[in-house]
Amino acid sequence: MRVLLWAFGLAVLLFLLLPVLAILPLSFSAGGFLHYPLPGFSLRWYRDFLASDFWLPALGNSLVVGLGASALAVAFGTPAAFGLWRARLPFQGAILAVLLAPLAVPGIVVAVALLLAFGRWGLANSHAGLILAHAMLGVPFVVVSVLASLAQFDPLLLRAAASCGATPLHAFRRICLPRIAPGIAAGALFAFATSLDEVVVALFLGGPGQRTLPRQMFAGLGDQISLTVLAAACVMVALSVLLLALGTRLRRR
Amino acid sequence: MPRRLGAFLLVAPLLAGLLLGFLGPIAGFLLRAVRDVEVAAALPATLRSLRDWDGGTVPDEAFAALATDLRAARLRDRATGAGILARAGARLNHAAPGLRSLLPATARRVAEPGEDRARILAAGAAWSSPATWAAIRAAGGPLTDLHLLAAFDLRRGVAGIEAVPAEARLYRQVVLRTVAIGASVTLACLLLGYPLAWLIATAPPRAAPWMLGAVLLPFWTSLVVRSAAWMVLLQREGVVNATLLRAGLVEAPLPLLFNRFAVLVAMVHILLPFMVLPILAALREIDPRLPRAAASLGAGPVRVFRRVVLPLSLPGVGAGCLLVLVQALGFYVTPALLGGPEDQMLAWFIGFNASRTVNWSMAAALSLVLLAAIALLVGLYGRLVGFQRVAPA
Repeated sequence: MRVLLWAFGLAVLLFLLLPVLAILPLSFSAGGFLHYPLPGFSLRWYRDFLASDFWLPALGNSLVVGLGASALAVAFGTPAAFGLWRARLPFQGAILAVLLAPLAVPGIVVAVALLLAFGRWGLANSHAGLILAHAMLGVPFVVVSVLASLAQFDPLLLRAAASCGATPLHAFRRICLPRIAPGIAAGALFAFATSLDEVVVALFLGGPGQRTLPRQMFAGLGDQISLTVLAAACVMVALSVLLLALGTRLRRR
Repeated sequence: MPRRLGAFLLVAPLLAGLLLGFLGPIAGFLLRAVRDVEVAAALPATLRSLRDWDGGTVPDEAFAALATDLRAARLRDRATGAGILARAGARLNHAAPGLRSLLPATARRVAEPGEDRARILAAGAAWSSPATWAAIRAAGGPLTDLHLLAAFDLRRGVAGIEAVPAEARLYRQVVLRTVAIGASVTLACLLLGYPLAWLIATAPPRAAPWMLGAVLLPFWTSLVVRSAAWMVLLQREGVVNATLLRAGLVEAPLPLLFNRFAVLVAMVHILLPFMVLPILAALREIDPRLPRAAASLGAGPVRVFRRVVLPLSLPGVGAGCLLVLVQALGFYVTPALLGGPEDQMLAWFIGFNASRTVNWSMAAALSLVLLAAIALLVGLYGRLVGFQRVAPA
């Protein structure tokens, strides 16, 4: 019974891991086929990736949009979480529902609604518009993550700081901020990862100038898949592993 | 009070930003499902002239008003490129087929000198039929249920609400398909995910982090990358077919891609971590003394699981099912990449209506259906279980 369960569980784990692991070596193929055995190893598809006119700019766009969205989400999400923690506001539940709403609305509805509104405001087909949209999608993670780390923070410390003559801002910066920094960083990381992964909003809201890495991959996945797309997939997986490792370290602290 | 005010001032920027930049646009978009503005924007005088019309012979002043409206709309379209006439024509085409092209054609006619009524009637035979004018009057707004009905393949006929002809039906099937795909993916995730979560929860302390890592790695890997992986695996000349052919298990490559099978497999793969993580969290919270106590009282392993472990892990199961189902219903990328035309879900048709046919109203009506389904699920869950456990892991 126990053996059977282990076999089943390991099979499910393989099902989770294998698809991604199976395609990564293909990107190092010397040939152009999408199956094994490889005719030999080469880095030609990575050379293609680096030399092409659109993959590197797409990577650049992804990083710029991700960093911008993450910074914006932290700048607005951290004070909001602190405010929610400081005092019980009237309509606290409704406020929290608004702040977390971006988690619940399907991407396609967000994409189409923002395309309509941002188009009118002149924000469609611009980096600013995409950064703003991704920041709104990422901000719930910042709020939740900062609230979680504030739950471990003793508010008495703030009062102690105030009684020693610190202004509220000073007390926040010197006493609270260092303690909730891992929570803020985790939220920023999650917001960045969300933006890096996001494709539907980027597809609808962005113009040709806002091709991000996932959007470029989506466009390249037709009937004829070039192995350059797989090289790009490898780059994205490497980024994800990096983020996962960072996230795990943050959780340990 | 000052503390509350200070706290509120900290929350206010984000709250205002999200209300204006997120919920506002979504509400405005969804309102398009029931607003009827296109015809009122293009033909205001015509609508006024038809207000007291009895449905019989079309009055002369209606022809005069139509000519005035068309001339004005044509001038505005030329000056701004707003496409007022095109949109009104597209809207009227639902009830009076042919008006999509007839409206601009008539506008060109009445721009030339001559008597209005004669030129309008010369532009197309539809103008001599009272039904055309009735369609204009019915589309005058400000509210309509046209698009919401259309989302269920219904329309308003002479005798009230009726089903559209069989060959024009589309969305009822799309809604059912979306629910069916969502439900099957959720069920499959539960069947695969629960044993895995239980295994991780009971694994030796050295193995558990690695097993959890194997769940988290795909969780952090981009959705597009994982869809791409399945495309490469399942292609006609992809990894799976090549392997099967070489092993001699099949004679010819299997058609594994662009069908329901591919969509379901990839969606289960993508959403499985959302099932495993909450169940694992629930299982880890169970006091280990409880199953031991049950065993010491003489219950066999199966009975311990059924009577103690399973009931205590049900909140995690509920959270996992909610997370998977809500996300599955809104899937766009994976069916678009891996499915055929018969496998596209509601999200694809929302995108199609918004970007290709520029029918915002239909896109909004379908979005309302999707959001209503999600709100129903979330509300039901809140009633039955509560929301303490939805945050994964």
